[in-house]
Amino acid sequence: CPPQVHSLQELRRSASLATKVFVQRDYSDGTTCQFQTKFPPELESRIERQLFEETVKTLNGFYAEAEKIGGSSYLEGCLACATAYFIFLCMETHYEKVLKKISKYIQDQNEKIYAPRGLLLTDPLERGMRVIEISIYEDRCSSGSSSSGSSSSSSSGGGGGAGGR
Amino acid sequence: MSVMVARKKVVRKWEKLPGRNTFCCDGRIMMARQKGIFYLTLFLILGTCALFFAFECRYLAVQLSPAIPVFAAVLFLFAMATLLRTSFSDPGVIPRALPDEAAFIEMEIEATNGTVPQGQRPPPRIKNFQINNQIVKLKYCYTCKIFRPPRASHCSICDNCVERFDHHCPWVGNCVGKRNYRYFYLFILSLSLLTIYIFTFNIVYVALTGLGLGLFLGCSQSLTVLTVLEVLICFFTLWSVVGLTGFHTFLVALNQTTNEDIKGSWTGKNRVQNPYSHGNIVKNCCEVLCGPLPPSVLDRRGILQQEESTAQEESCPRGPRLCLCAQTDTLHGGVFMQVTAVFSLQVPAPPLSHAEMPEEKQLTSGELPVPPQDAGQAEH
Repeated sequence: CPPQVHSLQELRRSASLATKVFVQRDYSDGTTCQFQTKFPPELESRIERQLFEETVKTLNGFYAEAEKIGGSSYLEGCLACATAYFIFLCMETHYEKVLKKISKYIQDQNEKIYAPRGLLLTDPLERGMRVIEISIYEDRCSSGSSSSGSSSSSSSGGGGGAGGR
Repeated sequence: MSVMVARKKVVRKWEKLPGRNTFCCDGRIMMARQKGIFYLTLFLILGTCALFFAFECRYLAVQLSPAIPVFAAVLFLFAMATLLRTSFSDPGVIPRALPDEAAFIEMEIEATNGTVPQGQRPPPRIKNFQINNQIVKLKYCYTCKIFRPPRASHCSICDNCVERFDHHCPWVGNCVGKRNYRYFYLFILSLSLLTIYIFTFNIVYVALTGLGLGLFLGCSQSLTVLTVLEVLICFFTLWSVVGLTGFHTFLVALNQTTNEDIKGSWTGKNRVQNPYSHGNIVKNCCEVLCGPLPPSVLDRRGILQQEESTAQEESCPRGPRLCLCAQTDTLHGGVFMQVTAVFSLQVPAPPLSHAEMPEEKQLTSGELPVPPQDAGQAEH
């Protein structure tokens, strides 16, 4: 089969899940939510290193913005305390606003960059903020040759990452 | 068959969450399983305040100032609001790893440690991280199958890993962790103030009405007994709650958790210094009490994938009754595991176990994850 350029819908119909890669949290800056920018070897053949790092760095920037301790967050905290936290019934917290931005960004990245390469990012919020899950898809029509090819290359690169599936 | 389809119940994610929590109001409220002491707390606070407002306040408002009951009411409402917020909210539970993720981590661990020969005990699973130039160890949680973030701990009572785990408080019927620590602190602070307030004005009341004399003269016996009861409750509460507030003020100033204090994580010569403290008391207080509040990642009210509930309906002849049972039983909490066992009969699933069963059903391989549900996502 010729190499496919997938939209998200096409991906769902014609591809099957080959394996998943999990980008772990980076705790070197404390308990703030940051993810490791280390490039997973399983993605070596699928996406350029620079694009991946760009995505993770942007996400890290968003999370840093959400958890920023400064004037506005104190104001929000004090106002909430003064109203015995009833204000949260009608107002969204700053953190929630940023999470919505992150969700849009991930969807955008999936549509523009990752789905055409047969990859899919999962919002870390759906995984308890523990990992960024990247699903790697294979074309169903070429499942015979290319999946075995890619699984052998990823297993040699990732120390058996794909072997378990 | 058409009757069953019409009565199909929407299954929300809270019904399948592992761990020993109780959920009420269709997943909006989350508590620990044992709630007896929480009811006692409610009873003591409501009872004492009711007596105070009914008897002493009527006299004091007239004799001294009407501001007295007003201020007491404000304190009481604030204490109740923060108590309910502490008890009912998600303390910062870290959801368990899905099977794919757990397998990935296992493989990483084996790659680092090497396979262990038969009969030998595997080495403890610990990862070292450097935070602010100090080495902090991350432990692997065997129940949740994750490496716990720093400051997180696994609560054995609720069977969950909780972020910034402070302690499990039976008085509020919930764990105290990252998301509800500030509510907990404000609760004990406002309760201390309320107790001191009621205690003081009871003494003033006794002094003003000469009730001490009344005791001897034998008049208004019931009122005397109630006042004495209030004073006694306030006295014992004072010593415990005020002491606790003082202790937690100390912890907040140093940005420590009760768990770390008990374990002595940051004290002693050979231990590292607390890397999370900013070194400044004001900054620590501001961060703990007024810092940004992360939303719950549990997504309790999200709808579980519909494929599984339809599969249950088709294969089960008594579908609707089962679903109804599920709804009532989970509310009682005590039979939560029984309910999940019943569901497991309908769907081919591995044998019953806390950690594994629900995750197996949540994500079947080959399916794309459901797009985020905005309704359930950003919970309090």
